Amino acid sequence: MSSTLSLKTEFIKGIWKENPVMASLLGLCPTLAVTNAANNGLAMGLATTFVLLSSSLMISALRNFIPHQVRIAGYIVIIATFVTVADRFLAAYFPVISASLGPYIPLIVVNCLILGRQEAFSSRNGIGRSLLDSLGMGIGFIIVLVVLGIIREILGSGSIFGIAILGDWFTPWMVMILPPGAFLTLGILIALANWYNDPSRSKERGTVS
Amino acid sequence: MSYFLIFFSAAIVNNFVLAYFLGICPFVGVSKRVSSAVSMGMAVTFVMLITAVVTWLIYHLILVPFDVVILQYVSFILVIASLVQLVEMFIRKVSKPLYDTLGIFLPLITTNCAILGLALFSVLRDYSFMESVVFGLGAGAGFTLALVIMAGIREELELAPVPKYFQGAAITMIVAGGLALAFMGFAGMI
Repeated sequence: MSSTLSLKTEFIKGIWKENPVMASLLGLCPTLAVTNAANNGLAMGLATTFVLLSSSLMISALRNFIPHQVRIAGYIVIIATFVTVADRFLAAYFPVISASLGPYIPLIVVNCLILGRQEAFSSRNGIGRSLLDSLGMGIGFIIVLVVLGIIREILGSGSIFGIAILGDWFTPWMVMILPPGAFLTLGILIALANWYNDPSRSKERGTVS
Repeated sequence: MSYFLIFFSAAIVNNFVLAYFLGICPFVGVSKRVSSAVSMGMAVTFVMLITAVVTWLIYHLILVPFDVVILQYVSFILVIASLVQLVEMFIRKVSKPLYDTLGIFLPLITTNCAILGLALFSVLRDYSFMESVVFGLGAGAGFTLALVIMAGIREELELAPVPKYFQGAAITMIVAGGLALAFMGFAGMI
């Protein structure tokens, strides 16, 4: 069952074609919850990628030793351990970000994206391939989080990464940094991705995306 | 804080799904039919109640006295995972009809962020035992409410002329945004 794609495709697929959020709708809780500012989205993306990479490394290395029947419990324990590491690290070195992300850092444990990759990929492939796969998925996840964060921060607070870019004339759309803004922005982004991926449209243009 | 306020706040004002984005996966996945939404909601409420009780006991009787709070994520998630399994086996033995309605949804609940979120929030807010139980009930009720409303809307949506590129996940998100907006109207109530 191990993957036979070329190494490059293994890495690239997570960024667009099998993007965890846009294509498979995995990891929606953090995607929606922490993207009220680009900074938070980036921090969450990095923390998730760290956990994803470390647990993939561990699980692909141990894949022949973990008994099949208790594998899910085993994966969860490994993931929870790395989440604790990430949580303590952020609390010690980036207390402000840690406070603004609050319980969403521990909630990485139940991010379906991570468990999904372990079950679907790392438990069946070697260490190198699993790391590439996780890195691609992680980068894909970071991109979506940061893009969502940037859109919501510009419209909701008139700034990017905390730096004000829109002048006083701009009245911030409060709703964008509140929960409804998250749902609306993601809905529109998914629709845009559907439009971009539409095969009939790319045929008209004579290109294959 | 009074029990009523905790219940009301968890169920309506700070709805787990629409304000905290917890449990979005089943919210999107199991909200196509009202009947399955009700079953899923009941299963989640049931597990939430038990989780609230058990994680409170673990945190205050084991983790704090032995000074191993750092293990809380690992222990909570393990307990939740095994609890869900136990509940599933128990229901299968005790009540066949109940198992038929809830059974298929139970395994999904382990990776439902709402459950772990509930345990984490009760610890963060330093709830007493009774407060956590009420909080669990309220969160479950709020989850069920959001899921059932969403399922009702989606049943109607099937007959609506949704633009091509918005079909599926995109329109679900937009509808959820509208719902979240509506629920924000309750914010002034507490």
